Amino acid sequence: MKFLVNPSKFNEIADYIFKPVLVLSILFFALGLLFSFYLSPDDYQQGSTVRIMYVHVPSAWLALLTYAIMTFYSIAALAFRMPFGFIFNTAVAPIGAIFTLICIISGSLWGKPMWGTWWVWDARLTSVAILFIIYLIIIFINLSFENRVVREKVVAIFVIVGSVNLPIIKFSVDWWNTLHQPATISKLAKPSIDPSMMTPLIIMTFAFMMIGVAIAILRIKTEIISRKSNLS
Amino acid sequence: MSLRFQRLLLIFLTLVILLSAVLLILYNTRENVSYFYTPSEINKSDMIINKIIRIGGFVENDSFKKISSSSFKFRITDEKASILVTFNGILPDLFREGQGAVIEGTFDNNVFNATNVFAKHDENYMPASIKEGLRDTGYWNKKYK
Repeated sequence: MKFLVNPSKFNEIADYIFKPVLVLSILFFALGLLFSFYLSPDDYQQGSTVRIMYVHVPSAWLALLTYAIMTFYSIAALAFRMPFGFIFNTAVAPIGAIFTLICIISGSLWGKPMWGTWWVWDARLTSVAILFIIYLIIIFINLSFENRVVREKVVAIFVIVGSVNLPIIKFSVDWWNTLHQPATISKLAKPSIDPSMMTPLIIMTFAFMMIGVAIAILRIKTEIISRKSNLS
Repeated sequence: MSLRFQRLLLIFLTLVILLSAVLLILYNTRENVSYFYTPSEINKSDMIINKIIRIGGFVENDSFKKISSSSFKFRITDEKASILVTFNGILPDLFREGQGAVIEGTFDNNVFNATNVFAKHDENYMPASIKEGLRDTGYWNKKYK
């Protein structure tokens, strides 16, 4: 597992797995979209609109997962002086931001027909909007320091501080009254979604994950090269 | 204690303190963070005329009345209390008796004048065909239409 902390080991493994990951993501997307549009049933309440879920929920999960991984890398980078964590933060923040944006846009398109509004300031929607702003701030900090050593520390500290938002997003629907529904799939309980609708959801989640990993590999490799040549 | 362990401890302590600070703030402002009141949470001070608030609950069964093509009357309930609501405008597709709804508006002598009506759906997803099957065998929860 050394490739997860060592830049040169990462480069080696990344060259091996990049193409398989890319092919897998295309396969999962093809299969997932087929399931989402044709092989899954309409919902008893929401009809066909429920298919927005197959984009909305995977992107939301991955926006959170990306941030969680960034938090671990930031802690490791600061505590164990592990430069790969800093590289990871710089490379992956825009990917998380895009996942969050997809989640917000698709959720908005889903909210209009079902709730009757594009956007409300309830706890879940607001905390996700804050997540998007946090991602933007991370990207901007990355762009705004001349000195790399200072910049990457500031980013890592900011990522750790921002991670406070993750449990708030997760539990916002349980702690407060929100217009957003509570969690359909949680670890402790049997999911309240039919298997025929769970299947496209899982496939699309893997598809989003694979495309995320593929873009992350490219961006991390680029970041390693630019650091070696002292470009950033 | 090694230096890296000290740094790790410092980071975790910082996180714990930060998280508790934020949670304390949120806990003490929970009334304002919540998007709506349920009918039983409403108290007299919220019923001040012209103060815009939101109430949420289920549309009470057999309470929905159409006054004209765009004017409606219904009751919102949380099974402990219920509030009479009047609304002029377009209702969302999901709106019906037994369905969750969030209503924005003002109180006028115990009647709630709605300016906005949002439909709220729960976390259950089920194919439409299964609903028909359940209804045929009598296992369908009558709370849902």
